[in-house]
Amino acid sequence: MLSADEWQALRASLVVGARAVAVGLPIALGIAWLLVRKRFPGRTLLDAVVHAPLVLPPVVVGYALLLVFGIQGPIGRWLDATFATRLVFTSAGASLAAGIMAFPMMVRAIRLALEGIDPGLELAARALGARSMDRFLTITLPLALPGIIAAAIVGFAACLGEFGAVITFAANIPGVTQTLPLAIYSALQTPGGEDAAFKLALVSLSVAVVALVAAELLGRWARRWAAR
Amino acid sequence: MIDFSARTSLGEFRLDVAFRVPEAGTTVLFGASGAGKSTVLALLGGALKPETGRIVVGEEVLLDTEQAISVPLEERRLGWVFQDGRLFPHLRVRENLDYGLKRSGSDRPQRIARQRVIDVLGLGALLERWPRALSGGERQRVAIGRALLAQPRFLLMDEPLASLDLPRKREILDLLASISADFAIPIVYVTHSLGELLRLADHLVVLERGRVVAQGAANAIIGRSDTPLLAERNDAGAILEAPIIAQRPERGVTVLALGEEELQIPHVPGAVGRRVRVHVIANDVIVATERPRGISVRNVLAVTVARVTPRADGARNVELTLGVDHRLLATVTQEAVRELALVPGLKVFALLKSVAIDAPAGARLLD
Repeated sequence: MLSADEWQALRASLVVGARAVAVGLPIALGIAWLLVRKRFPGRTLLDAVVHAPLVLPPVVVGYALLLVFGIQGPIGRWLDATFATRLVFTSAGASLAAGIMAFPMMVRAIRLALEGIDPGLELAARALGARSMDRFLTITLPLALPGIIAAAIVGFAACLGEFGAVITFAANIPGVTQTLPLAIYSALQTPGGEDAAFKLALVSLSVAVVALVAAELLGRWARRWAAR
Repeated sequence: MIDFSARTSLGEFRLDVAFRVPEAGTTVLFGASGAGKSTVLALLGGALKPETGRIVVGEEVLLDTEQAISVPLEERRLGWVFQDGRLFPHLRVRENLDYGLKRSGSDRPQRIARQRVIDVLGLGALLERWPRALSGGERQRVAIGRALLAQPRFLLMDEPLASLDLPRKREILDLLASISADFAIPIVYVTHSLGELLRLADHLVVLERGRVVAQGAANAIIGRSDTPLLAERNDAGAILEAPIIAQRPERGVTVLALGEEELQIPHVPGAVGRRVRVHVIANDVIVATERPRGISVRNVLAVTVARVTPRADGARNVELTLGVDHRLLATVTQEAVRELALVPGLKVFALLKSVAIDAPAGARLLD
């Protein structure tokens, strides 16, 4: 049904998306918590930086990543020298690019969930002797769980669809960084590739439908859980 | 002793409060909204820090801004009961109750037993329920139980009845009236309700615009005519606390000893010697210069005028003392004060039209 190349594109997409969410979600949780619960200098700036990928052209984000994480970039050079690791043109790099594009949406979903939690509950937990990490794990985290699940699904879906930032930073290497949208783009550039492009588009659609159904089911479960 | 002093400002609001109350029984922080009651509670609990202040409970210094001591809220060992209960919605009643208990430290003796709290507060049937499925009164009972089980050294209660309807208010009030004694735990209770104050207060701190206007034993303050916040109200009155000297159940009467005098109240159960608290509203007290005869009022007490204070509505509050321990308040007209020549030191008779029993059975009337 699918050719080996098409399977590879699907696999690359799932790997890039899963890795981006696995790494990005805890960071998004931390930043959302900071933005909701803490007042500190530079809070507005942090908020703006987090949301920048929403308003920047993805190509610009990809280019900025090249400048920072490229072999000549400050962090890229350090990674290369210290760990002999390169992000540019790798699957991890594709995850980084996709994850940064999806990051504001993840932060937003978690933030909404955190804002819905009565701070009075945390005060009550404090009065009962719970220290800050204890409170976070036993009160804040479980109450925000529906929002965190929503953030993971929204983030994963956004990563699957990311094109501009991934192709700019990680290039379009079949089997490595060639995710579904990149594979569709390549197929359309190839003479006689319309069939492959159509099949890949159907695959994208199926993945999207599965993700949406999963999101709906989890959402329903989470609402029931929150309303019990 | 709970020794509290703090000065701080919150925006326009200046708070400068100092009081000292025994570490036993129920202390009511009373005042109109905006008087600073909840701020004092937040400072005592450690949710707020004052600009300057010192808070000592027993031997332990919880706060001393001069020595830069400030015990964080989670280590103050207090049980906080909020207006809205604040049960954790994702935990069952049982888990809510155990939340503080688990964190109360295994090194500390568990003075307050789990089963006892469940029995006294009637929580047995609720343990597996979710907070969402509880009524307002049940929620507040669970919140009180949760606070008690954290093995606190004192309880803080911030208008715990404010969000309840009247029958639920009664139910919880009956519980609160006995909790301090049942579990031998001091309570600091914030309210603007005179009814709750009369029912619960052993000690009283009256706040007005961020300052203490009166503090001390509740029955000494409540009967005073010069505490405007209390004496200006239509339901102003006094508390009498006295031992039972006789039971006459066949006549439906219990007799209390008020110094040399006797006070007849509707029958309340209890052995001779047990102390009962009653509440007499100033409007229900008639002042006479001679002992009246042939009247239906059964309680006529020989008292002495201590003070006469004008009220904002033109009437006068007359403070009456009975022996050294007891105090009554009577509201009379300006003309009556003139005609009867009521001045401090005058010996008069107080006719009590009705007496409300504050403990243990709720308000009842006696003609």
